[in-house]
Amino acid sequence: MKFAIQINEGPYQHQASDSAYFFTKAALEKGHEIFRVFFYHDGVNNASRLTTPPQDDRNVVDRWAALAEQHDLDMVVCVAAAQRRGMVDEGEMQRNGKDATNIHPRFRISGLGQLVEAAIQSDRLVVFGD
Amino acid sequence: MSTLHTVNKSPFEKSSLDACLAHAGTGANVLLLEDGVYAATTGTAVEQRMKQALDSVKLFVLGPDLMARGLAEDRVIQGITVVDYAGFVDLAAENDKVQAWL
Repeated sequence: MKFAIQINEGPYQHQASDSAYFFTKAALEKGHEIFRVFFYHDGVNNASRLTTPPQDDRNVVDRWAALAEQHDLDMVVCVAAAQRRGMVDEGEMQRNGKDATNIHPRFRISGLGQLVEAAIQSDRLVVFGD
Repeated sequence: MSTLHTVNKSPFEKSSLDACLAHAGTGANVLLLEDGVYAATTGTAVEQRMKQALDSVKLFVLGPDLMARGLAEDRVIQGITVVDYAGFVDLAAENDKVQAWL
């Protein structure tokens, strides 16, 4: 079965990203397909490659990135939510005249159309948030 | 045509569980996760409400979230099924839709 995952909250502030991660991992272990993971609202903060939690804490960003690497997941960050919160890739840096990027290379910035497409193409859309 | 409703709020903090139970049709499935798991335990002010709900809907609670809050599985109201994340995935697959009461 094809699943799409939506995450509306940032890491460490709320359990949503952790719940979504364990759901996604369990779905993949059961042989299901994850069509896309869409990070919306404060969820875009899950994509910062500059995140540096203490060594004895989980690294939410790296954990998502490792799962994406292993299963070739498409992890999309909402562009409007990203701009508001300073989540920047190379294209956004140039377009908005910024001096740095901070997005992890396993994530990509795109539009809400990607969420709509994921909802249409998947059998189930599972939403995690506050 | 069944729906899986997910509730992640404590009933002592928000009214989303009540809203969910009022809306969920007979035969619907409701999964309690995150702070929602508090509603699944015995000896609380909502215990009777949960027992009534069991007459019309199936209730599930996420075991890892019980454990994370120091709640033993033997404190779960009889009739509520404890599932792990694999069980959560199965519920999502078995139902036609997943509705999160955020």
